[in-house]
This record gives sequence, C-alpha cells and structure tokens, in this order.
Amino acid sequence: MADVTAGRREVSIGALGGDRRRHRRESFWRGLFFLSAALSIVISVAIVLSLAGGAIDFLRKVDLSTLWGSGWFPRRNMFDVKTIVAGSIVVSLIAMVVATPLGLGAALYLSEYASPRARRFLKPILETLASVPSVVMGFFALRFISPDLVQRLFGSDVPLFNMAAAGIAVGLLVTPLVASVSEDAMHAVPTSLREASYGLGAKRRTTSLRVVVPAAVSGITASLILGISRAIGETMIVAIVAGGTGGSLFTLNPLEGGQTMTAAITSLATGSDQVRGTGPAYPSLFFVGLVLFLFTLLLNLLSERFVRRVRRQY
Amino acid sequence: MATKTVTSAVGDEVRRSLAGNRRDVRETIFSLVLLLTLVVALAVLLALLFEVVRTAIPVFGSRGEQIFQTGYSSLPANAGIKQGLIGSLYLMVFVVVLAFPLGIGAAVYMEEYAKDTRLTRFINTNIRNLAGVPAIVYGILGLAIFVELLGPLTGPASVEGRSLLAGGLTIAVMVLPIVIITTAEALRAVPMSIREAGYGVGATRWEVVRSHVLPNAAPGILTGSVLSMARALGETAPLIMVGAVTGFLATRGGFLDALQQRFTSLPTLIFAYVKKPQPEFQDLASAAIVVLMVLIFVVNFAAILLRNRYERKW
Repeated sequence: MADVTAGRREVSIGALGGDRRRHRRESFWRGLFFLSAALSIVISVAIVLSLAGGAIDFLRKVDLSTLWGSGWFPRRNMFDVKTIVAGSIVVSLIAMVVATPLGLGAALYLSEYASPRARRFLKPILETLASVPSVVMGFFALRFISPDLVQRLFGSDVPLFNMAAAGIAVGLLVTPLVASVSEDAMHAVPTSLREASYGLGAKRRTTSLRVVVPAAVSGITASLILGISRAIGETMIVAIVAGGTGGSLFTLNPLEGGQTMTAAITSLATGSDQVRGTGPAYPSLFFVGLVLFLFTLLLNLLSERFVRRVRRQY
Repeated sequence: MATKTVTSAVGDEVRRSLAGNRRDVRETIFSLVLLLTLVVALAVLLALLFEVVRTAIPVFGSRGEQIFQTGYSSLPANAGIKQGLIGSLYLMVFVVVLAFPLGIGAAVYMEEYAKDTRLTRFINTNIRNLAGVPAIVYGILGLAIFVELLGPLTGPASVEGRSLLAGGLTIAVMVLPIVIITTAEALRAVPMSIREAGYGVGATRWEVVRSHVLPNAAPGILTGSVLSMARALGETAPLIMVGAVTGFLATRGGFLDALQQRFTSLPTLIFAYVKKPQPEFQDLASAAIVVLMVLIFVVNFAAILLRNRYERKW
C-alpha cells in the first residue's frame, strides 16, 4: 500500500491544462482554418459590393426610360433589359428541352437498369461530357450544331449565329449535371420500396416510373432547377454562337440571333465593344451582372430547398 | 360441368399471361429508349472529338510543333498557342498555391472544428451558394476588385491592372468553393472511430487532424482538387472579364517576371481564334482545342487513377 503512494507526483490543477506550447499550436491552427473558412464570406461580400457598386453607378448615369425599349445596344444608349433577359430565357428553355429527357433518361437507366459492369462503362461517358470546356462546346455549336443540325432542320435562311444552336449546346453541357444530381436522388430511394413493388408483381418499368421517380421527385426537381441556373449563367457558348454581338433587338424567336445577359456582359468587356469612360455603357455590365447573380441565387436557393426535402424523408 | 370450364378458362389465362410476360416488348422498348439517351451523349462526344480532330490534323501536319513556338498574331500563318499554353500553366500555379491550401483549410474548419452554430450554418450555405455563382460573375468580381481597385498595386500603369496576378487571383477565387466542397466530402468519409482513437490517447484536435484525418482523407482531397483544377483549365469567361483576350503573355522571363504583365490563356486564345472570320484561324482554334482537351483529359485521368489506387472503403 505504501509503495503506491510513494511514486505519486504532486498534481496541480494547472498541470491538468496541459502543455502551453501544445495549446498555442492548437489555437494557431484553429485560427488559420477559421480564417480560410471566413474568407468565403469575404468573397460573397466582395461579389455583392462590386456588383452593387457598379450597378448603382450605372443607374445614376443612365436615363431610366432607356431601360425599357426595343433593344439592347449599350453604345447607342439603349438598355432594354427585357431583351437580354428574354434571350437568356429562350436559350435556357431550349437547353432544358434538350437536357431534361437526356439527363433524366440517363439517370433512370444508370440507377435502375444498368448492371454494375455497364455502369462502370457508361458513367464515364457523362463524366467526359461534363469535362468539355464551354468554349470547346461553343466551337462545336458553331461548326456542327448550327450548320449541320439547325440550318438543315429549319432551312438555310436561318442565320449561322442563332439562339437555337446555342440552346442545344448549352443543353448538352447541362445534361451531365442534371443526370448526376437526379441519379443521386434515385439512388437514395430505399431498396425496400423497390422490393415491395416487385413483390406485388410490378415490372421494372412500373417500378421505375411509379415508385422510384415519385419517391425521388424532390431531387429530380432540384436537378432541373440547378440545370436552369447553370444554363442561364453559361457564357462562352452564347458568346460564340448566339449572335447579337454588340447588341440585339428584342426577339423571342430562337432561329434569330439574340443577346443573353452573359453574352452582353462579355461583349461589354471585350473587343470592339469595350467601352470605357464616363458613359453608362461600361457600368451597365455590373448592372446586368447583378440581375444575373440574383436570378441564379434565387434558383440555387430553390433547388437547395428541394434537395433538403429529400434528405429529410429517408 | 360449368365449374370445370371456368377453372380451365382461368388456367388458360394464367398460363398465357405467364408465358406472354416472359418477353415484354414494351418493357424492352422502354429500357432501350433510356439507353438511347446515353447513346446520344456518346454520339455528341464522338462528333465533337471527330470535328475537332478532323480540322486540327492538317494544322498539326503542315505546321507541326511550330504552333507551340509562336504566340498570338493577326496573321494566321504566324499565330500559335505558345503564350496560351504557358499562360494556362501559370494560372494553375495560382490554383495550386492559393485555392488548394485555403480550400482545404476552410473544409477542415467546417468539418472538424466548427460547432453547429448559426454562423457555421451561414458559412456552409454561403459556400454552397458560391459554388453555384456563374463563372462570369467571378469575372466581374475580378474586374472590380483585382483590376480596377487593386490595379495600381498589381502591375505597372501600362497594364491597366489586367495582369497575370489579377487573372490568377480571379481563377483561384472561382475554384475555391469547389475545392472546399469536395474536400469536406472527403473528410466526412473518414469514420468517427479513427478520430476517437486519436482523442483516446490524448491527442489535441490539430494532432488528430494532422495525423489521422488528413492522411486518411488525402486520396479523396487530392482527387477533388485535381478535378477542380481540370475545371479551372477550361474556364474562359472570368479570364475574358479581367482582360485575357488581347493580352500578350511575357514568356521571356520566368513566372515571377510575368506576374505583373498582361497575360493570356489557352481557352481565351481559342475564343479569340474562333471569333476570327478567316478559316485558317478556325483550324488553328481546332488545334488549340486538341491541346487543351488532351491537357484536361490527362488531368482528369490522373485524378481517376489516384482515386482507384488509393480509394478506401470503410
């Protein structure tokens, strides 16, 4: 008994706190990690400030009546906002007409029909398509989709630069995103639901369409909203093939050239349309950027909502 | 009598339906239609590669490695991709040096340190929203902050702020949220028991992160980071906003000499060549696309190899 207490050292409350150096190192790293996480807030604030600053500058300089007219021609002081918003909507709608069946079909096949071996072979197709840079897809739209698809289908009096070709190309670019997000949602549907359906004698097609798709509908909706958001923000394809460099009249016809919000921003910042100085043309790009930012933010928040609903369910 | 005919009728019906359902035509058609979506995606990919390679081969054939030795020129015979290639590699330095460590740091804070407070949840939502902001909006951020606000600091007056430094910072900011999200996913995949083993022997949080969490999550972090680099390689729109299109890269000195000078990149060079009316430039764009795609495929392939080599299932 006495031997045990003999070896005991005096332990103070302070010693329980541990090594000072270890503490310092601990708070150093913690602080460093916190700063890099906080940087994301700094970036968001910087985005909002740089957009809002320029936009306010623009609204101060511009005659507000020029914001609603017949076309978007910044150098001629015509800032019809509805022209470029309509252009963005036309292109995104065409994109979703392409991406919805392709993306959802691919997701359903990969999730419900493909064997593990087939998946290993088929999934890289979508992943490779997703890795094609948008400038390359724009080149493809100009060289192939517009002349060999759109002009062949709708007659050669359709201009080479048209919104339909841009929309199709954007759709192809958005397809992998739609497919992967909705496949995740279908994958998350519990196998027990499928087994219940098979147990009742349902076929695979019935199980897919009547059980899996309804159960995954939130995630599928989220994937489509995310697709629209990505399509609206897509820039290079539209800048290359949609036409309307320098400006465009208001049009809803996809077989004409048109200007989207993103293309309006790039053409204001580059080349012959680069306009600096005191006029409202240059700051208008910040205003358009702000409108674009709000559009995509709204869509992203909406899709987040749907995704969260999936998580809660299972 | 009557009962016998009824049972035999039922038996016939059952027999017929059992035999008939063995090959359900509609079921087969449905699965083929779904498979068709993936075939379309593959066809698009092949058509794209075919179109690009077909037009690029003559350029490589007639000019060979000469296009790697010359830069931007208004004469197609003199124009090459040297500056673009080097510019893109320079931009990747920013991604590796800035976006990777900051992104990993932020993810470590969010996954390992942060408690579930309102601030944490806000930062989390904020990061996810940043990942959904269109690339061109990051370009506007770069234009407002790095070019206009910090222009006097980032380079001499003749550059007007449109320096490699501004471009690199813009690209790094753009990929940061992607790096954070993929790293956070990799960290979440490390089981809790690994951390608890560390805490159990008295390690501090940083010691657990350094010796247990990061080594085990490294393959996932590396794969995600490399993939985000592939994405940064093809990004065009933000670079156009900060002035890369007409930029000439100073290739004479090293990386540090180029920092404060004008810059260009492979995708923006492709955009500039695609926009030119002469067919020679279109072909040159094809050649540049081949180089860019090879670069991206190599990076992607490296990421997939890393994943397959080191991936661990817990």
